[in-house]
Amino acid sequence: MSTTIEGPLDPKTELLTREAGDVPPPKPYKEKPWRSRRAFDPRRPTFAGLMLRYLLLIVVLLIAVGPFIWQLSTSLKGNEDIYAFPPNIIPQDPTLSAYSQVNEVIPIYLYAWHSVLVAAAAVIGNIVFATLAGYAVGTMRFKGKMIVMGILFSVLLLPGEVTLLSQYVIIRNLGLANSLAGVALPGIVGAINVLLMATACRGIPQGVLDAATVDGATTVQRIRHIVWPNVKGMVSVIAVFSFIGAWDDFLWPLIVLSDPEKYTLTVGMSYLNSTFAADPRVIAAGTVIALVPIIIVFASAQRVFFKGVEAGGIKG
Amino acid sequence: MRSHRWYTPWILVAPAVIWTVVFALYPFLNTIILSFTDTRALTGGKWVGIENYSRMLGDEQFGNAMLTTFIYVIACVPLLALLPLLLAMLVLKQIPFISFFRTTAYFPVIASVVAVSLIWMWMFDSRGIINETLQFLGVTDAPLPFLVDRWMLLAVSIGLTVWRGLGYYMVVYLAALANVSDELHEAAALDGAGTFSRFLHITIPGVRGAMLLITALIAVSAMRIFSELYMLTNGTGGPGGENSSLVMVIKQFGSGLTGQVGYASALSVVLFLITLVPLAFLGWIQNAGDRTPREKKQTSRRKAGATA
Repeated sequence: MSTTIEGPLDPKTELLTREAGDVPPPKPYKEKPWRSRRAFDPRRPTFAGLMLRYLLLIVVLLIAVGPFIWQLSTSLKGNEDIYAFPPNIIPQDPTLSAYSQVNEVIPIYLYAWHSVLVAAAAVIGNIVFATLAGYAVGTMRFKGKMIVMGILFSVLLLPGEVTLLSQYVIIRNLGLANSLAGVALPGIVGAINVLLMATACRGIPQGVLDAATVDGATTVQRIRHIVWPNVKGMVSVIAVFSFIGAWDDFLWPLIVLSDPEKYTLTVGMSYLNSTFAADPRVIAAGTVIALVPIIIVFASAQRVFFKGVEAGGIKG
Repeated sequence: MRSHRWYTPWILVAPAVIWTVVFALYPFLNTIILSFTDTRALTGGKWVGIENYSRMLGDEQFGNAMLTTFIYVIACVPLLALLPLLLAMLVLKQIPFISFFRTTAYFPVIASVVAVSLIWMWMFDSRGIINETLQFLGVTDAPLPFLVDRWMLLAVSIGLTVWRGLGYYMVVYLAALANVSDELHEAAALDGAGTFSRFLHITIPGVRGAMLLITALIAVSAMRIFSELYMLTNGTGGPGGENSSLVMVIKQFGSGLTGQVGYASALSVVLFLITLVPLAFLGWIQNAGDRTPREKKQTSRRKAGATA
């Protein structure tokens, strides 16, 4: 903080602290978020500049969440005219009837359950297998390690869409076509997650692992008591991104599933709009149901999210 | 010190390696092989050489898909390379409530494409809020056919992709901007450089590595576009299938009981090859830096590494 040009403390506050008698606590001086008129400090905006910044932020906020709010509002509208202009953001007679109607059009809660199953398989599979493999690749020396690394790295630049059809052929030959197992299976462990976990495991001091070995810890014990507590941060990144990836995935379940009884949420929702006499309120209720779990996951793990994006552009 | 038996690491990596080989590496090689055959969904094929590839030249659907993909890339790259940077600069300073704004800007990223596509379809409906507003403002008399006209639909879809990408690339830029030194800005401001000049000469060079990487990522993901166009056209690919992206054409040819797996595989190989172009471009630009002084190269490498 540059406090040399502007007065570091407001004289009045200084006086007050001194009169209090005790040893003044070393309070860090908090700068105002804007600079005073004559101060030279290019890192802080003027008051007007700060207000302009907030104005722009509010515009961004409206663009980012406006559509979601509008959808939520539509889903809660009952008999009132949803095409009214100027639009009513707050429903005049809010009702939840669209949420029960949507379940009559498509079995949306069943689809949501299917999505939960697929996502759970992806989360558990990636955590377990990426930790095991990441530990081996990151901390152990063994013959053929370069081959393993080569295999994992070689598929990083390979878009999933390219291998889509051949993947489907494999799933069909395994007898898993048109089943949730077939949807979940290829996503059980991703190469990128193994490599991220290997990086995390490399951060564990080798001495600690050696000490545990001397004390007679087996590989399983080392993973359980030393590796696991040290890589929890990366585990949460992988868990959150696996969940989002599986929950939002559309193309793969669309290819694998043909029986409407077995659809996942995204596939089922894609038919919401094409069903007969689609009511915007019902569609809106469907999207809200699809969005709520993801927003809960995001809200409870947003730090993890931002860390994950910085760590390696997992979704990119 | 021997801390494990020779086969222990192999047991640990086995699931990951098997999965990668079975569900990524082998399908990729198989796709290349199938692309030279006339395999159908239910019958094996025979070797036909490059017939599948030469068939593409005269295939109108493929031509349209390439055009759609090309427009997607051309539109998305500048928009998504610049707008998230501006957004990141807007939310960079620690001012009150800033984390709230950062979080909300990220909302569109986590929502599923299917759900947000349905939201956009409702907004751009002929009686939706966008058309109502345009008519109210007197911009147009009749509702604009956003979801019917080929080019308007493409524009709406690109808008949707850009809207979803803003928050994601914003976070990447935030990490890069943290490395741009405040001292440089201060010194430049002392020398009388204005805001725009400082943006051009300090901020942009400071995030150069991240920007190049992001540009390549955007181009690749624009080539892989599927869900937005599929949803906005109700799975039909728009009027006459003209709005199909390359992946939509692959799915259309390859899936189902009559699927022409051979031809679809050839299309997949083309998709793979064009996604290599931006990555090769990225590598070429970073190599071109070799001619500049060593220090510059090292900083740009470090920046790229920090964000990669």
